[in-house]
Amino acid sequence: MTGGLAAEAPSARRAGQQTGSGAAVAALRSPLAGLGRLALYLALPAALVAAWQTAYELGYIRPILLPPPTKVAGAFVELAVSGDLFRHLGVSLLRVLEGFAIAVLIGLPLGIGIGLSRLLDRLTDLIIQLTKPIPPIAWIPLAILWFGIGEAGKVYIIFLGAIFPILVNTIDGIRQTDHRHVELARVLEVTRGRFIRQVVLPGALPNIMTGLRVGLMVAWICVVAAELIAASSGLGYLITDARQMSQTDQVLVGMITIGAMGKLLDVVLRAAERRLVTWKSTFSGR
Amino acid sequence: MAASAAASAARADDLLVGPLSKTFTLKTGSVQALSDIRLDVPGGRFISIVGSSGCGKSTLLRIIAGLETSDGGAVTLGGRPVAGPGLDRGVIFQEHRLLPWLTVEQNIAFALKNLPKAEIARRVREHLELVGLDGFANAHPHQLSGGMAQRVAIARALVNRPRVLLLDEPFGALDALTRIQMQQEILRIWQAQRTTMVLVTHDIDEAIFLGDEVVVMSSRPGTIKTVLPVRLPRPRDRSSPDFITLRKDIHREFFTAAELPFAYEI
Repeated sequence: MTGGLAAEAPSARRAGQQTGSGAAVAALRSPLAGLGRLALYLALPAALVAAWQTAYELGYIRPILLPPPTKVAGAFVELAVSGDLFRHLGVSLLRVLEGFAIAVLIGLPLGIGIGLSRLLDRLTDLIIQLTKPIPPIAWIPLAILWFGIGEAGKVYIIFLGAIFPILVNTIDGIRQTDHRHVELARVLEVTRGRFIRQVVLPGALPNIMTGLRVGLMVAWICVVAAELIAASSGLGYLITDARQMSQTDQVLVGMITIGAMGKLLDVVLRAAERRLVTWKSTFSGR
Repeated sequence: MAASAAASAARADDLLVGPLSKTFTLKTGSVQALSDIRLDVPGGRFISIVGSSGCGKSTLLRIIAGLETSDGGAVTLGGRPVAGPGLDRGVIFQEHRLLPWLTVEQNIAFALKNLPKAEIARRVREHLELVGLDGFANAHPHQLSGGMAQRVAIARALVNRPRVLLLDEPFGALDALTRIQMQQEILRIWQAQRTTMVLVTHDIDEAIFLGDEVVVMSSRPGTIKTVLPVRLPRPRDRSSPDFITLRKDIHREFFTAAELPFAYEI
């Protein structure tokens, strides 16, 4: 045991850093534990759903306030079979991806520029700090005046929600460039372009990825607000419409679908992050 | 003719420091870090600078590297004054400072520019061999031990063929056994390449083991107290009587105010 540990000391040390230590963690990492890990992941949500259903069966919850899981599942199947759910989902997904894409296209270069340039930072800081706290929903009147009630206004609201996390995290990531690496680049007379490409951007990548993930999440948060603007489809519309009809079960279907889509896209971005940032060893809980 | 050519070639690598001083201005006032430092390093020599922490020895090295400026007084290399960092002076820091997202090979190539791809690959391979890491070209820094990572840093510092290599407590973060291995390694590299070396350390044994001369610094303000030549054949035996005598001499330099509080013997 000790011999094996000594032989692979560097990798063992890294594994230790990544997962924390302790027998419980080690047990979770064994090949047999794949199923156990999945069970652990789902246990609490499953218990919550079971408690919810039980509370309904025992008559503690009025279904008009909170329909039971079975009823929500029924509404889900109904909306899925009719195809409405996927239509709404497709429309919202497109809006989210459009708003997010524009936020990335503007936020990423702008964030890199501000991170690198004191001048640009000084020029833009007050505008960013003042605009950032304004909730996207407050922009709706202006969005309608500027873009009308078509798609553009809705995408604009989502864009506003997504751009700030991307912008702020990108700036932070670039500002966190290790001064020791800056010194190294000076000693080696590395050109500015190469310094940015090989030192600054790779170092900022973990923060940038965090910004993208938070930005995408906020984009989903904003979809309901965006679809308050004269929408006739989309998950936000589904929720608003169902509320007016007092169809609480459909409201929940819309909510859960948004949650699931957010989770799904986050999984995609996380996977991308793991592929791009292989060199970083950080504490991931114990 | 040949002799004078050799002499001028030697002069071209001479490192002349000072006289210089350095004052840091802090919120609470100013601190004089270095005072009246003069140091002549003939090309090809190995100079060790020892001093307790805070004596300004790292500051001195950083001034030679061009990372800090002195209050006045120049550093010249081969007759040309040093203004800012340059590839004629390689630096090895206490931490390896490898870029974690680049492979070993890419980290070494990071120091090279304006060269054809084949030439870069050739030089990188040559220097990987020099530090004994031929099999690790594609490893990432986090897969290396501390000693291996520092070897890569040495290869990176040498790949541009600098005229002077500045070593700022390069093995201070390594364990005692690895440190001794690395000292032998740097000695081997110096004997193979004859690059001028300026080593800053707080390890007296390391200073004697490696240096042609040991420069002893005292603190507040940092001044050069004495320069002791090391006239021992290499590789040096740390337990030889001459080595031990020299170690005692240097030790005494640190504690001149009072007699040594106890007999210092190994």
